Amino acid sequence: MFNVTRRQAFAASGGLLSTLLLPQRFASAAVGSTLNIAYNVNLPSFDPDVGPSSVNPTIQAIYRSIFDQYVGQKPNLAFEPGLLTGWGWSEDKSKAWMDVRENVVWHDGSPFTPEDVVWSIQREGKSDGGNPVAFIWAGLDNFKIDGKRITADVKQYDPVIFKWMAFLTGYVLPKAYYEKVGPEGFEKKPIGTGPYMVDAYEGNAYLRLKANPKYWGGKPPFETVVFKFVGDATSRVAEIESGSSDVTLEVPYEEFDRLKGKAGLKGVVTPISDIGMIFITNGGVMDDKNVRLAMCHAVDKETIIKRLLRGYGVAIDTLEAPEYAAFDPSIKVPYDPALAAKLLGASGFSKEKPVKFTIQTTRGFKPKDYEMIQAIVGMWRNVGIDANIETYEIAKHFELRMSHKLAPAAFYNWGNAIGDPTTSTGFAMFSKSPHSGWHSDDLDAKIGPLWGEKDEKKRIDGWKAVDRYIAEQGYVLPLLQYAQPILYKSDLKVTPNVSGALQPTLVSKA
Amino acid sequence: MLFAVVANRIAMALLTLAGVAVVVFVLLRVVPGDPVAMMISPGAGPADIAALKAHYGLDAPVLMQFWIWIKGVVTGDFGTSITLHLYVTEVLASRLPATIELAILALFVAVLLGGAIAVAGTLMRRTAGETVIDGLNSIMLAVPDFIWALALVLLFAVAIPVLPLTGRIDPELAEGFATKFYLAESVLTGRFAVAGNIISHMVMPTFALALPLAAVIVRLLKQSLKEAMVQDYVLLARIKGFRELRLVLQEALRNAVGPTLALTGVQFTFLIGGTVIVERIFSYPGIGNLAIDAVINRDFPLIQGLVLLFGLIFILINIGVDFAVATLNPRLRHA
Repeated sequence: MFNVTRRQAFAASGGLLSTLLLPQRFASAAVGSTLNIAYNVNLPSFDPDVGPSSVNPTIQAIYRSIFDQYVGQKPNLAFEPGLLTGWGWSEDKSKAWMDVRENVVWHDGSPFTPEDVVWSIQREGKSDGGNPVAFIWAGLDNFKIDGKRITADVKQYDPVIFKWMAFLTGYVLPKAYYEKVGPEGFEKKPIGTGPYMVDAYEGNAYLRLKANPKYWGGKPPFETVVFKFVGDATSRVAEIESGSSDVTLEVPYEEFDRLKGKAGLKGVVTPISDIGMIFITNGGVMDDKNVRLAMCHAVDKETIIKRLLRGYGVAIDTLEAPEYAAFDPSIKVPYDPALAAKLLGASGFSKEKPVKFTIQTTRGFKPKDYEMIQAIVGMWRNVGIDANIETYEIAKHFELRMSHKLAPAAFYNWGNAIGDPTTSTGFAMFSKSPHSGWHSDDLDAKIGPLWGEKDEKKRIDGWKAVDRYIAEQGYVLPLLQYAQPILYKSDLKVTPNVSGALQPTLVSKA
Repeated sequence: MLFAVVANRIAMALLTLAGVAVVVFVLLRVVPGDPVAMMISPGAGPADIAALKAHYGLDAPVLMQFWIWIKGVVTGDFGTSITLHLYVTEVLASRLPATIELAILALFVAVLLGGAIAVAGTLMRRTAGETVIDGLNSIMLAVPDFIWALALVLLFAVAIPVLPLTGRIDPELAEGFATKFYLAESVLTGRFAVAGNIISHMVMPTFALALPLAAVIVRLLKQSLKEAMVQDYVLLARIKGFRELRLVLQEALRNAVGPTLALTGVQFTFLIGGTVIVERIFSYPGIGNLAIDAVINRDFPLIQGLVLLFGLIFILINIGVDFAVATLNPRLRHA
C-alpha cells in the first residue's frame, strides 16, 4: 500500500510549485547574450512590402532587424548606404541609377544580387500587388543591370523616391527564394539580409531572432533577440519593472518618471518623427479665417506639454518638426488669447456669443489625446469658441478623412520618419491627397509645382514658404512633436532613434 | 425520438450560425472603418485606392461580396486575412488551441474553487466563517476579470515576481510540438518541465478568468446546498448519524448541482468572452488577443471568421450543457 502522509504531500506540493516558479526566475536572470524587448505592437506579417503592417511605422524596427532597406537611415534621420551603396539621377532627371552592395548574402546563404533589387522594386510597384504605396515605386521602369549598377527610366520624376527607399515598404526581398516558396511559404519561413534571422515566431506572443553571423554590417551585439508583443502598457511596465524584459518603450510618462531612477533601470526620452495636430476641414465656420486663426492663437501648447505630458514633447507651429528638412524656426504662431478674442470679435463672436463646432478626437490612441483636446476646448472657451468633443476610433478617422467628412476640427498624429516636407505638409494639406483635411485652390496652387521640383534647394524653400502661408491662413493647427520614452536595464546602452524605431542594433551592452 | 432532438438541435445551430454570418457581415460594412482607408498612403490617388480595394476583394457590391464569402464558408474557405496574409481557417486553427486550453483550465479552477468554497460555506453556515466567505465572495463577484488580471500582474509579476507575465511559454522552450495544444501535448509526451513552464504562464490568466466564475458558482451552489440541507432525505441521513461533510457531499450536492451546472455553462461562454481582454493583458496568443488586432485593423475576413467561431463555440457549449443537465436530471431527460 502506498501511503502519503500530510507532511509528504505538503513537501511534494512545494516541489511542484518550485518546478513551476523557479525556472522562470533563473530564465530571466540568465540572459547574458539575449535581449528581451517588451514591444508595444504585434507583428502580423513578415512581408514588409505588402498589406497594412507594411505601412505601420511601429513595426519597422522589426522589419529592419530581419531585412535591409535599399537606403539606410541613421538614428538622427540622416540617410546612409544600405543595400545600395550609391544612388542618384542623370543630369536631366530622366534616369535613376543605383549601385548595389557586393558580398552580401541572404539568410539561407545564397548571394544577394542586383536582380533582387530590380525584382523587389517591380513587385512593390505593381498596382494590383497589395503594396499601399505602389505609386511611388511605379515611378521607375525599364531597369538595366550592368555589373553592380542598375539604371532605370524615370516615368514620373519624384524627388523623394530615394528617401522612400529608407521608408515604408522600401525593403529588398529575395527574388529566387520568394518565387520558390510563394507568399505563404515566405510568411512561414522569411529570410532577409538583415542583422537578425527569424528563429521562432508566435503571433501575439513573441518573435525570436538569432544574430546573422554573415551580416555585412558586422556581427550584431546580441546572439538572440526576443520581441515580446505586449500590447498593454501596464503589462509593459510590469515586464521592465520585474526584470522579465531588458528594454521597453511607449509607457505612460508617469510610469517612466517613476521607474527611470529606480535601481537597475535607466530611461531616455527623445523627440521622434511623430507629431500631434488638429486637422481643420473647410466649410461652415471654418471658412472664416478669423475663426481659424483664433483657434490657433488660443492654444497654449507649452502648458499642455508641461501639465499633461510632464514636459515630454516639443511645441510646433508648422507640420515640420525640428529634425525635418523643411523646418523653419522663424515661422511662429504664438499663444495670444487676446489676439484670438480680437479676431473672433471681428467676426462677431465673443465669450457670450461663441462660435460653435465639433472637434473629433481619439481616446487613448496617443498619450493623453482626449485630455489634450479637453484642455484645448477649455482654452478656446476662454476666448469665445464653444467646441463639442466627439470621440471616435482611429479606423473611423481614416475613413472620414479619406472621404473628406471629418468634423470641422479633428485631432490626429502624423508620422514622417524620412522628414521630407512632401510626407508631412504635402500629403496632409494637398487636396488631391486622400488624407488631407483642408481643400482649397489657393493652397493647391502653391503646393502643386513642388511635387516635381528638380532643384532641391528651391524645393525645400518652396515648402517652407507653403508652411508659412498655411500658418498665416490657419489651415491647420500643429500642436506638438511627441517624445518617445524608453526604459532599459542599466547595464545596457540604448541609442534613441528619432524615427521611433527601437531597433535591436541600437541596443548594446554598456 | 433522440434522433429528432439531435437533428433539431443541429438545424437550430446552423440557422443561428447563418444569422450570425449575415449580421456580422452587414455590421462590418455598416460601421465606420474601411480596411483600405487604414493602409493607404497619404499620396495615393483614386486609382491606387481602387487597386487596393480590388486586391482585397472590397470593390464588388456588398451582396456579391457576401455571396463570394458565404460560398467559401460552406466549403471551409473563410478567405485570407488582410493583415496576416494567411488563410483564416489556418490562423484560427493555430490560435484556438491556446484559448481552449486556457478556458478549460480556468473552468476547472473555477469549478474546483467555487465548489470548495460553497461546500465550506455550507458547512460553516450560521457562523462567523460563513460571513467571511460571503464577504470574500462578494468581492470576487464584484471585480471583473480584467481587474483581477491587473491585480495579479502587480502582485505576482511586480511585487513578488514569481510568475512569468506574458506569453504562453518561454520562447526557448517552444520547440518540438506536433500540435498547438502545448499543455496537453507536453503532459501526454512526458515533458513535465515544459508543462510546468506552460502552467506557470497560465496561472495568472487562468485565475483572472476563473475568479469571477468561481464567485457565481459559490453563490448559486451555496444557496442550492442550503435548500437541500433542510430536505427530508438529508434529515434522515443526519438521524442515521452521517457526518456533516458526508451529508453535504453525498446527499445534498448531487441534488443541488443541477442549477449550478446549467448556469456554469452559460457563464462559461462569458468566460470565453473574457479571454479577449485577459489574453491581451498577458500577451497570450489565443483567439481573444487575435480578435482585438483584427478589429483594430478592420481585417474583415478574420473578424468574420472569429465571430463565426465564437458563435460555434457558444452553441456547442450550450448543447453540451443541455445534455449534461439532462443526464444528471432524469425528469428532464424524459421531458
